[in-house]
Amino acid sequence: MTMARATTSRRSFLGHSYSLVGVVAALVILAWTLVAILAPYIIPHSIGDIVDDDYFGPMRQGLWLGSDYLGRDMLSRVLMGARYTVGISLAAVFIACFSGVVLGMIAAVTGGWLDTCLSRFLDAMNSIPSKLFGLVVVAAVGSSIPVLILTLAVIYIPGAYRFARALAVNINTMDFMTVARVRGENTIYLIGSEILPNIIRPVLADFGLRFVFIVLLLSGLSFLGLGLQPPLADWGALVRENIGGLPFAAPAVVVPSLAIASLTISVNLLIDNLPQKIRDRDA
Amino acid sequence: MTNLVEVRDLRIEATTDAGRIVEIIKGVSLDIPDGEIVALIGESGSGKTTVALSLMGYARPGCRITGGEINVNGKNMAAISEKERARSRGTDIAYVPQSAAASFNPSSTIMEQVIEVTRIHNLMPPEQARQRAVELFKALSLPDPEGIGARYPHQVSGGQLQRLAAAMALIGDPKLVIFDEPTTALDVTTQIDVLKAFKSVMRAGGIAGVYVSHDLAVVAQIADRIVVLKGGEVQETGTTAAILSAATHAYTRELLAAFEPKPRQTQANADVGAKALLRIDNLTAGYGPVRTNGQPVVRAVDSVSLLVERGRNLGVIGESGCGKSTLARAIAGIHPAATGDIVFDGKALERAAKNRSRDQLREMQIVFQYADTALNPAKSVEDIISRPLAFYHGLDREARSKRVDELLDMVRLPRTLRYRRPSELSGGQKQRVNFARALAADPKLIICDEITSALDTVVASTVIELLKELQRELELSYIFISHDLSVVEAICDQIMVMYNGERVEQITPDKVKAPTHPYSKLLFSSVPKLDPTWLDGLVRDPELVNQYGHR
Amino acid sequence: MKSGVLKLVMKRLAVALVTLLIVLFAVFFATSMLPGDTASILLGQAATPEAVAGLREAMHLNDPAILRFLLWLVGLLHGDLGTSYANQMPVAALIGGRLVNTMKLAAITTMLSVPLALTLGITAAMLRGSVYDRTVTVFSIGVISVPEFMVATLAVLLFAVYLKWLPALSSVNEAHSVTDLVRIYAMPVITLTFVISAQMIRMTRAAVIETLSTPYVEMALLKGASRSRMVLRHALPNALGPIVNAVALSLSYLVGGVIIVETIFNYPGIAKLMVDAVATRDLPLIQSCAMIFCLGYLFLITAADIIAIMSNPRLR
Repeated sequence: MTMARATTSRRSFLGHSYSLVGVVAALVILAWTLVAILAPYIIPHSIGDIVDDDYFGPMRQGLWLGSDYLGRDMLSRVLMGARYTVGISLAAVFIACFSGVVLGMIAAVTGGWLDTCLSRFLDAMNSIPSKLFGLVVVAAVGSSIPVLILTLAVIYIPGAYRFARALAVNINTMDFMTVARVRGENTIYLIGSEILPNIIRPVLADFGLRFVFIVLLLSGLSFLGLGLQPPLADWGALVRENIGGLPFAAPAVVVPSLAIASLTISVNLLIDNLPQKIRDRDA
Repeated sequence: MTNLVEVRDLRIEATTDAGRIVEIIKGVSLDIPDGEIVALIGESGSGKTTVALSLMGYARPGCRITGGEINVNGKNMAAISEKERARSRGTDIAYVPQSAAASFNPSSTIMEQVIEVTRIHNLMPPEQARQRAVELFKALSLPDPEGIGARYPHQVSGGQLQRLAAAMALIGDPKLVIFDEPTTALDVTTQIDVLKAFKSVMRAGGIAGVYVSHDLAVVAQIADRIVVLKGGEVQETGTTAAILSAATHAYTRELLAAFEPKPRQTQANADVGAKALLRIDNLTAGYGPVRTNGQPVVRAVDSVSLLVERGRNLGVIGESGCGKSTLARAIAGIHPAATGDIVFDGKALERAAKNRSRDQLREMQIVFQYADTALNPAKSVEDIISRPLAFYHGLDREARSKRVDELLDMVRLPRTLRYRRPSELSGGQKQRVNFARALAADPKLIICDEITSALDTVVASTVIELLKELQRELELSYIFISHDLSVVEAICDQIMVMYNGERVEQITPDKVKAPTHPYSKLLFSSVPKLDPTWLDGLVRDPELVNQYGHR
Repeated sequence: MKSGVLKLVMKRLAVALVTLLIVLFAVFFATSMLPGDTASILLGQAATPEAVAGLREAMHLNDPAILRFLLWLVGLLHGDLGTSYANQMPVAALIGGRLVNTMKLAAITTMLSVPLALTLGITAAMLRGSVYDRTVTVFSIGVISVPEFMVATLAVLLFAVYLKWLPALSSVNEAHSVTDLVRIYAMPVITLTFVISAQMIRMTRAAVIETLSTPYVEMALLKGASRSRMVLRHALPNALGPIVNAVALSLSYLVGGVIIVETIFNYPGIAKLMVDAVATRDLPLIQSCAMIFCLGYLFLITAADIIAIMSNPRLR
């Protein structure tokens, strides 16, 4: 079972082994992160400028990704879209995972009524379909960027909590936890020093997975017109506003879709092909 | 072909997590004539199970048979096709697994699984197979042979499942049966029944066997010949008698030495022993809701009283489920007792650890059985041992570092080990680190909960020696909890026998030959001896077995 | 042993009931947070303060929130879902036909995707590591990694734009023949099937592979059992619980899926109704639609848990 990893070609470096797929995926993620940070400085045109006489213009020199339904430069819009999609999702996943993991570890270590109440409540939250939750909140308080970030975070806290709690509960049954408890250690030490180092790897993988979920949900909401509002546009919103170009497969609708897919698929592939620390005992 | 099994220069490779290939079996050769039982003995990682499984032409996932011949009943299992191998499995060669509980399919009845071999190979009609199975159940002295087949695996005890697994192996009339540590997970009183049953059916059928085990005494009872393995190589082969009386290889002699009764130290300072360090009165602990009288519904420990004297050791012995571990956890305050008094060093202790003072916690340390789970795998040895130093003694970084060196010296570990993670240590090294962490607290009493049970025999006896030495140097007291009489005998001044949550007897080690309580008699007489005639000569009072041999 | 199962199931149902209350409460309050005064929105800008105050009274808007929540609950129990703000029609009437349409869509998708996904998942697990297995795995990772609307747009591009087999939009009212029916449902069903099957395939495959690595399957191998016997007799019966669980969980993805799919294909179901209601801020309608979705979702995940409990052979 554990041995079956040798299917993809792996090479070793600095005591870790890497797979080619993982490296490529990491590079794609890195590239989009850089774009998200640098977008305002590298876009060739302002995102509001109409630069093409035609709408849904084809790819050509100067307009590398063609133009959108108003004749604006798609390249600039996609680059700026990265900023919103990646930025909002990252902020949301950060809040979600941080709160979820901390609460999960506390619940596992403390047990008793605190654990029961937290788990019941968050399980109930989990019983609201994510898109529906998004819809209702957006209907109630609108969709500014802070609201979007918080909504997306709240939607994914229960999942992060459940995941971290399950891992922490397993660690909590270990004898070293008992040893630490009878030593007289407090909860902060228990979760920070004894549990966290043991669950950090799966938690990071879960972070990636949840990031994908959030990107997908954000894109979905924007596609429904409930996410980012014009003039701002993330990738989902770009697909929505250019959906008219679908019948002739205009780059304006294809490119943002590909951008989403490249990001989410890369994260998924990276999680499946993380570098592995080589810990062979001498044979 | 003269022998039933002829293995020549067997080589098996394994792929590690990093994709590196290591040879785990390095040119093993062995012969098994018809009707002979050969034991494969060695410590964990010696390759004994791998060799045994290869006789069926099978290597676990990640492993690969890369060289040599495995001739079984005229077929080279290494060379024939998977289809041909499948044809031999269950009919020529059968397998009895280490954990029958995990090897029975939970969603199908026992009978269905026992006769499955006959269905797969079309050996006989199902009705006849069922009759044959019931005969085997009788031969293996299983209770209710007619009805037991209709049950599901989880409705049957471990000792019975192990015998049912043997029935499952024998139904296809194999020429060779592989027993993979079949009694390791069982209590000694149960082990006897299972061993006796195995031996009688194998002898009656004239079936050849491979018996994989780490326990020389068990092997002595059942095997005709012994093959000693270490590091994937055969160290020594010989008849059981020859190996036991005239072993030539150093490793074999080490194995045998671990069985010799150790010279007991006499207490150097007898006057110290007069003072009580820990007194427990009428302690009851258990699980489930608490009744109005303050007693839990399920009483794992029932009104136990005990006394540990300063500088002396108390052994607590009993079989699984007797409450000995709950007793340890109740004393340490991990599982607070429902009723009873704990007086430690002259002061009454709170029942729950969280209500005890930091110094009280420091003076009583507990060391657990599985060093794998007792040491945080994410921390270095240094971090693990330093924590009590910082926590209890408030030492600064430099003082801690110095003390870690001293502690590693004390438990006879090289100082360079401090940067390693637990996963990079051997089982014995881990248990020493586990112990060093307890010593770091500067305790007066250390509760040792089965600390040698997960170790190989040779390693376990060196750990016991270490504990004795440390006791002399540091004036420690131990409470030593174990199911293994020889361990307790070697180190304890008093031995308390527990059964069903109660203390049935307390005796001194020199009197273990003559216990007074019937359960102690049964328990002590069930410990296998190196003498090959021991099992056959063993006569047990059937009434006793009925009363206490609960499985 | 039977009573043990019953007890666990009852406990799970009780949890579901508590959850339902919490969810209803959450839905009610989320929608009550709508900015602006409902009464003045309803009456428009020309309304006199007296009229607004009167309406507030009539709608119990001055009562404490908890009381309004209880009133709403009592109304729900009587089948009174309230009145739409947008067109003053009873919400129940608006929802009725739409709900049936969505159920039809869900039913057809389920009938198609479950057998498809189980077959693919189980066979992929059996042929683990083969080209077939890798193709299935890569395909399902791909589908999971992209938003539903992308699967839908790709389907439109392929079937409606390039192949011109199917119309890009659905409209239930015009179904006169079987071909019409196929043309109407094909696009939404294809999209939903893709989205749901991908999850189901992955979970099914994982469940079967996990049981294939258990000691009792190894034992079967050492008894000389064939590959198909190991899978069919030993692995599958024990993987059944996790598999059925996977099916129920994947079906709960339908809820998210229909919201996108109905909008894209303009399918007159309840999800489309809700998205439109959000656009017009039609509170009672949003509340009721959200409630229906939560009910469906809760039903599916509760069913998944109960099946998992019942399929545990140790509790039989």
